[in-house]
Amino acid sequence: MSTPRFKIIYIRLRACCTGWRQGRDMKKREGFSPIAYLLMTLAVLLTLIFCVCAGSVSVPVKDTVTLIWKAIIGAELPDTAYKSIILNVRLPRVICVGFVGASLSICGAAMQGLLRNPLADGSTLGVSSGASIGAILAIAFGVSIPGFEEGGPMLMAIVFAFLALMIILALAYRLDYSLSTNTIILIGVIFTMFAGSIISLMVTFAGDQVKTIMFWTMGSLSGSSYTNAITIGAAFAICAAVLLSFSRELNAFAIGEDNARNIGVNVRRVKLIVLVAISALIGVSVSIGGTIGFVGLVIPHMTRIITGPNHRRLLPASIFAGAVFLMLADLLSRVILSPLELPIGVVTSFVGSITFVYIFYSSRRGRG
Amino acid sequence: MMLETRNLSVRYGNLTILDDVSFSVGERQWIMIVGPNGAGKSTIVNAVSRGAPYTGQVLLDGRDIKKYKSTELARKLGILAQSSNVNYSFSVEEVVKLGRYAYSGGLLSSKSADDEAFVERALELTGLRDLRNQSVLTLSGGEKQRTFLAQVLAQDPELLILDEPTNHLDLVFQKQTFALINSWIEQTGRSVVSVVHDLSLAKAYGTHALLLNRGRLVASGPVREVLTRENLTSVYGMDVHDWMREMLSQWEEDDDNSPFQ
Repeated sequence: MSTPRFKIIYIRLRACCTGWRQGRDMKKREGFSPIAYLLMTLAVLLTLIFCVCAGSVSVPVKDTVTLIWKAIIGAELPDTAYKSIILNVRLPRVICVGFVGASLSICGAAMQGLLRNPLADGSTLGVSSGASIGAILAIAFGVSIPGFEEGGPMLMAIVFAFLALMIILALAYRLDYSLSTNTIILIGVIFTMFAGSIISLMVTFAGDQVKTIMFWTMGSLSGSSYTNAITIGAAFAICAAVLLSFSRELNAFAIGEDNARNIGVNVRRVKLIVLVAISALIGVSVSIGGTIGFVGLVIPHMTRIITGPNHRRLLPASIFAGAVFLMLADLLSRVILSPLELPIGVVTSFVGSITFVYIFYSSRRGRG
Repeated sequence: MMLETRNLSVRYGNLTILDDVSFSVGERQWIMIVGPNGAGKSTIVNAVSRGAPYTGQVLLDGRDIKKYKSTELARKLGILAQSSNVNYSFSVEEVVKLGRYAYSGGLLSSKSADDEAFVERALELTGLRDLRNQSVLTLSGGEKQRTFLAQVLAQDPELLILDEPTNHLDLVFQKQTFALINSWIEQTGRSVVSVVHDLSLAKAYGTHALLLNRGRLVASGPVREVLTRENLTSVYGMDVHDWMREMLSQWEEDDDNSPFQ
């Protein structure tokens, strides 16, 4: 009686394992394994801690970690000099930066897939500029939502980001149905200039609000609060979930819109949903961090070299890479001329414009 | 009837591209749409496959094609277009797998073994097994087109529409493609509609043909009845048979000292 029982368990276990193995061999995994996700999360957390520690005043890692840990579990905080720097200034800022980086990066990756265009990005297409017009209009005319101070600029930024995207795409489609790389970038550049002129016009008339407005044109995350962090975190969670759920459709679009239609993708619906998610996320990012250029261009491009173009891998990897990149860029902008602080957009644009030229040239050469 | 069009017309402004074309496609038929440039061949395909604006009716299995959901339609209708550039380095297998998109359920459904089998068979049929992990960017024109052919075969449609798939491709590939599709019809009993320029190919592989000229249907029916000397001469404005014979005779004269021997 005793042996069969063990034997049955053994056989069942073996069947489970082999079955599981066969299953795994049969369907090759398209996405990442849980371990890969764990490692990427770890990388983001390490970067976060590093960026919180470093700065004009360096705080030992051990103190930082214990301080944050105690704050999280609600224990009594030691009354050190670092407390306010870490918990009130750097931590909310770095979290915001991480989310903005992840947001801009996944938006760039999704746009590049949807439009089949490796140069598409919130900044190159002029979506970010559109969003800043909205945010600035809201400030200049005092649009606000009662009870949620940043709500006005944020909502306006989202609406204008979407409008900008619609205008740019409508113009591009009229010119060239296949939406070739060059057409859409050209229209994006023109739209950015147009948006720039409108922003300058508003600045001229804005008077005392000039300083707040200038912030949007340069991009900076200094002075971010936990409210900001929660807002961008929530927007990111929702929009990223939407975009990730469309990985397969984005693969189809990346191969070609007609091909997507032929295999049964509801092209119109998917496009609309993805574009709304992208504009919403870019809108929120811009209303919190201003226009931070090129993150969505550089990061997905570099990620694609490692993961390949399959969005099941590209989108998640872009999220993590974007967060790490922007946190480091923000750190650089804080320390490079310390105690002066550079706008973060200066750092990202510097790296980004060089990458843009590189991609542009290599993609032209590749087309034979 | 698999596919049926009733009084299909396409107009852009005052310009009539397609004028009152009615035809139907039955099971196991391979319909060749032929005619000179500008006859409206591709316009038919665009109206049926891409929802380009048209008047009249297009019925698929007796139901208006506009009433189908996109995935439903993709399970019935597969389209192989002229190959276009791909910008990203997807692997051959990734592209072919996308052909199963219309069969995927909701968010959480995983690929079934069934999907795998269709992908494998499509790769096998098109001879792409060895290239499955290769990037589509590195493929030759013929290989790339075969990849998309594999994709549409994995899609397992009841009706396959080919929009000049062998344009710009060399003779060997043309022959391969047509032979391959022919065996697919024999194996699965499905139907094919294709737009072709090459009348010999149309005659060799088609069961039925539609002859178009300036947007009008000149003749339709079994290939032998449509591609007659009179019909072709009137449509192309020259004696096509004579021309082909003359072309062939070039080879016969040359046979003794042909450089290709």
